[in-house]
Amino acid sequence: MTKSELIDRLAARFPQLVAKDADFAVKMILDAMSGALAAGDRIEIRGFGSFALNYRPPRTGRNPKSGEKVQVPEKWVPHFKAGKELRERVDNQPR
Amino acid sequence: MIPSPTMMTLTKAELADLLFEQVGLNKREAKDMVEAFFEEIRNALERGEGVKLSGFGNFQLRDKPQRPGRNPKTGEEIPITARRVVTFHASQKLKAEVEQSFDGSQA
Repeated sequence: MTKSELIDRLAARFPQLVAKDADFAVKMILDAMSGALAAGDRIEIRGFGSFALNYRPPRTGRNPKSGEKVQVPEKWVPHFKAGKELRERVDNQPR
Repeated sequence: MIPSPTMMTLTKAELADLLFEQVGLNKREAKDMVEAFFEEIRNALERGEGVKLSGFGNFQLRDKPQRPGRNPKTGEEIPITARRVVTFHASQKLKAEVEQSFDGSQA
């Protein structure tokens, strides 16, 4: 499912709203989530999961082409942990 | 920079407030929209479909085979059953936004 498919599904759920509202709402939610992570905040959505930043310490890496050593600085990377309901619903599929 | 004790948590309530204030949905619609947003993503994943939200990231499914495990208390061996799990991969854009605001200049 892509973002535009998600918008279509939401628009169909809210026939009283104009389609543009679903589009705007999805963009607003995603912007707020990105903004929270960029500010170093956590996101906690009960039944879905949580997003937080994980620390990556500085390390010595190698340029895979030249083999040259390069210092990779420390950084923070977004991490998602699925919540209980999502974990269970995803795993309960017949295969 | 280390996430400080002043760190905030974004929840469904704040997202609904935002839709109320910025999109002009009424309070009930804003709350329902936020709930539906996450429910549609859960539905897609439950159907076995990955979810691609350009600019934010992708939710993918991974089938993990059974592997040996242990009860950490008793040391007893119990297999960890095969399962399907969700993984999230942040987009380059989101990773860049996070790295930018956490680079040395703000430490």
